[in-house]
Amino acid sequence: MGRRKKMVERVKALMYKQENIRNIGIVAHIDHGKTTLSDNLLAGCGMISDELAGRQLFLDFDEMEQARGITINAANVSMVHEYEGEDYLINLIDTPGHVDFGGDVTRAMRAVDGAVVVVDAVEGVMPQTETVLRQALRENVKPVLFVNKVDRLINELEVDKQEMQLRLAKVINQVNKFIKSMRPEKYQEWKLDASNGSVAFGSALYKWAISVPAMKNTGVGFNEVFDYCKAGNMEELAKKSPLYVVVLDMVVRHLPSPLEAQKDRIGVIWKGDMDSDEGRSMISCDPEGPIVLMVTDISIDPHAGEVATGRLYSGTLKRGAELYISGMYRKNRVQQVGIFMGPDRVEVEEIPAGNIAAVVGLKDAFVGCTATSLEKMVPFEEIRHVSEPVVTVAVEAEDMKDLPKLIEVLRQISKEDPTLNVQINEETGEHLISGMGELHLEVVIAKIERDKGLKLKTSPPIVVYRETVQGTSDVIEGKSPNKHNRFYIQVEPLPQEVVELVKSGEVSMRMDKVERRKKFESAGLNKEEAKGVTEIFDGNLFLDMTKGIQYLSETMELILEGFKEAMRNGPLSREPCSGIKVKLVDVKLHEDAVHRGPAQVIPAVRQAIHASILTAKPTLLEPMQYIFITVPQELMGNVTKEIQSRRGQILEMNVEGDMVTLKAKAPVAEMFGFAGDIRSATEGRALWATEHAGFEPVPHAMLNDIVMSVRKRKGLKLEIPKPSDYVG
Amino acid sequence: MLVFVGLGLYDERDVSVKGLEEIRRADYIFAEFYTSVLTGTSPERIQKFYGKDVEFLSRDKIESDTRIIDLAGNHRVVFLVPGDPMVATTHVSLALEAVRRGVEIKLIHGASIMSAVCGLTGLHSYKFGKSATVPYPQLGRIPTSPYRIIDENRKSNSHTLLYLDTAEGPMSINKAVEILLEMEKIEGGGVLEGVFAVGIARAGSEKPLVRCDYLERLQDHDFGDPMHVMVIPSEKLHFSEVEALRILAGAPPEIEGCLE
Repeated sequence: MGRRKKMVERVKALMYKQENIRNIGIVAHIDHGKTTLSDNLLAGCGMISDELAGRQLFLDFDEMEQARGITINAANVSMVHEYEGEDYLINLIDTPGHVDFGGDVTRAMRAVDGAVVVVDAVEGVMPQTETVLRQALRENVKPVLFVNKVDRLINELEVDKQEMQLRLAKVINQVNKFIKSMRPEKYQEWKLDASNGSVAFGSALYKWAISVPAMKNTGVGFNEVFDYCKAGNMEELAKKSPLYVVVLDMVVRHLPSPLEAQKDRIGVIWKGDMDSDEGRSMISCDPEGPIVLMVTDISIDPHAGEVATGRLYSGTLKRGAELYISGMYRKNRVQQVGIFMGPDRVEVEEIPAGNIAAVVGLKDAFVGCTATSLEKMVPFEEIRHVSEPVVTVAVEAEDMKDLPKLIEVLRQISKEDPTLNVQINEETGEHLISGMGELHLEVVIAKIERDKGLKLKTSPPIVVYRETVQGTSDVIEGKSPNKHNRFYIQVEPLPQEVVELVKSGEVSMRMDKVERRKKFESAGLNKEEAKGVTEIFDGNLFLDMTKGIQYLSETMELILEGFKEAMRNGPLSREPCSGIKVKLVDVKLHEDAVHRGPAQVIPAVRQAIHASILTAKPTLLEPMQYIFITVPQELMGNVTKEIQSRRGQILEMNVEGDMVTLKAKAPVAEMFGFAGDIRSATEGRALWATEHAGFEPVPHAMLNDIVMSVRKRKGLKLEIPKPSDYVG
Repeated sequence: MLVFVGLGLYDERDVSVKGLEEIRRADYIFAEFYTSVLTGTSPERIQKFYGKDVEFLSRDKIESDTRIIDLAGNHRVVFLVPGDPMVATTHVSLALEAVRRGVEIKLIHGASIMSAVCGLTGLHSYKFGKSATVPYPQLGRIPTSPYRIIDENRKSNSHTLLYLDTAEGPMSINKAVEILLEMEKIEGGGVLEGVFAVGIARAGSEKPLVRCDYLERLQDHDFGDPMHVMVIPSEKLHFSEVEALRILAGAPPEIEGCLE
């Protein structure tokens, strides 16, 4: 433990040398070796023993992660690396590669300034590589590249020296092309180049790596690598050119310190006034400035309770500091501040700006919130989640007496993981958890059972559909229950570009309205409509097309509540709506505010919208998935059969040697149990991954059956409602 | 036949003789107590005094259920409403629906707070402008139209009768003043600065309480049990109005400054 203690002292000293800090993430496609790399970096820095690295999967400190061999939660760790005679503090956030856990990646990117992108030399850039890299680039996080599993090229694919170089160059090109398409203006600065050392090559498993600058010191280049690998002597290679030195040198040299990064980054992730105190303080990463912490993770410590982890952009965090959590008036008092050393949190006196901090005592904090010493501060831009929940399971406590505890636990997990959507139904005791995929939910439920000691009954996974319209409705009149208020509503489909604009979060009601109008117009709304947008909700828009109606402004909040209620539960099967443009065409209001209160306005608007949807060719959208499968050629037939029996479509097919790589698309509803089936269909020899592929209308012939099955499950009347059921 | 009977202001004995006759010969009696409440009595006392069963309905039931009109098609149905059935309510929809469906309707009026305030305060009925309800916050927001109505009325030298919301239990004058001042903060017009207001509690009872003072001061005055209403008098007052407010409502001498 002596060594460990010394390490803590070095970390504490370095926290104040901002130019010597690197906050980094490691991102990769699943199985490309991200966690193995992280472990090796830790071992190299003396954080864990050498022998354990690569086998221990140190950052996978959750037992479940180790059992599944994949990383589920983003874990944080600090380490010290010496480069050219100076100590550097590396704060590393490991992130999951599985598509079901994309939300964690997005959050981690908010905390870091640079990313090591790990790509398997054999498989090259995979869809999840692109997804995570896109998240990094969008957050203005600078990438460097580690091409992993180079030994596989040599020993498994048996390529020659020249072919090896060509293949490695191809990987770099793929990544560069992607950077160029995502951030053309940054390309010159961020372009990856083996010759300047922003790319390293190696094997995380065998603990060696090389880069062009490193060759000058070690004398180990591609020729030597080839020979050592062929000779099966990678141990020697690891001694001569150790992985952690090469990769961390690359990190120190090419990724920015917080001091450098925040100059540029604050403008991307924060929309406040750059000339304000907090703006200037964040740009200069000032430890003397107001405290501004962006919370990117919340976890539970059995002793301390809730721990909020995040990036401190300004100020110095100390125990006793009183912080406002964005949007709330109550102050939270900081009880402890600490840093992460693998699974352990080490308490420290204070943490200055530029570091990753773990804070105890922020009771109101949630993932994505801004915690600040300022009473009024523009919060950070919302963390954008690229995907939305597509699968639901119903959970019940096996033992009735656990019911209150279950509700508490569900509230807690929805706070920890914003990609989960939890619906608590205290009446029936049957609660719904929606998440990013089958695996995501399995893990969440297993965690509840394990960590909280609750026994749960769960339903098989259910797909979350979206209700939408394919035509324009009549103008429908909705009357308030007292008949003294009338709302005239029309719905129509939203152009796809607009849906994407609002789902990506590129347009929000918080942004400048002139800019918002411009974006809506260029995405296909006409001028009047763009001006009329009053609310954006879950990929639907509410447009106020009326003019000069008295009392409308004080009624609007209630109208919008009715709109949201209508969108949360569509009329066909009470599934959420998506891609609908709801227009308020005209309104007649009662003179007195209490005769147009919530009980009058909300149901009238909701019902008018539902009736409109029913006259606008309503249908359901179902979530789709891309499936990428690599399989020996002789088993190809079994794979295509498996896909086609799941309403799947083969999109691409590439043959390489005796292996075939397929890209297919299939509805998520048909993909349950795919893991087991594909294993038995291919004797376990298929490598596969999935990626979200958005939503598509269900086949027309199946619409009625699906609607009925959903209605049946929800205990609704087994017929498609008519407009007259909503407006009499 | 559907007979609307106004129950008047305070207790079961404020109903008119005609109204009572209708109640006694009715087949079915319904009542709503959500627009106002007869605070001087109780459902039990009402039923005992009328000698009939009365079904008290929530707003939900009255607004969405067709049972009242269905029954009125071939029975004598009486619908009891505190005050006057058609003042400060939306029951005209019910009357119209009945007529549309060929059901005969009849109105038995009751004393309304609208006229009661004239007598209790001495303010001239001729000078009242639009009235408004001071609402509880709706989804956390306070509608400010009552504030603008007071402003418009004051500009045309009219009084404003303010009903107080009953949605979360009858609102007190103290709460109403607080909400009005909140509206002023939101709107920022200064309309309520230094204005007089009259608070009226338990109109129709043996001991109604009427008190005129500066608006802010009413916030600290104890008006006792509900129902409460308020009047914001016009900017300039007729001499008889000033005299009445002094004598009937204990207005401070500064009210003389409002003389036209």
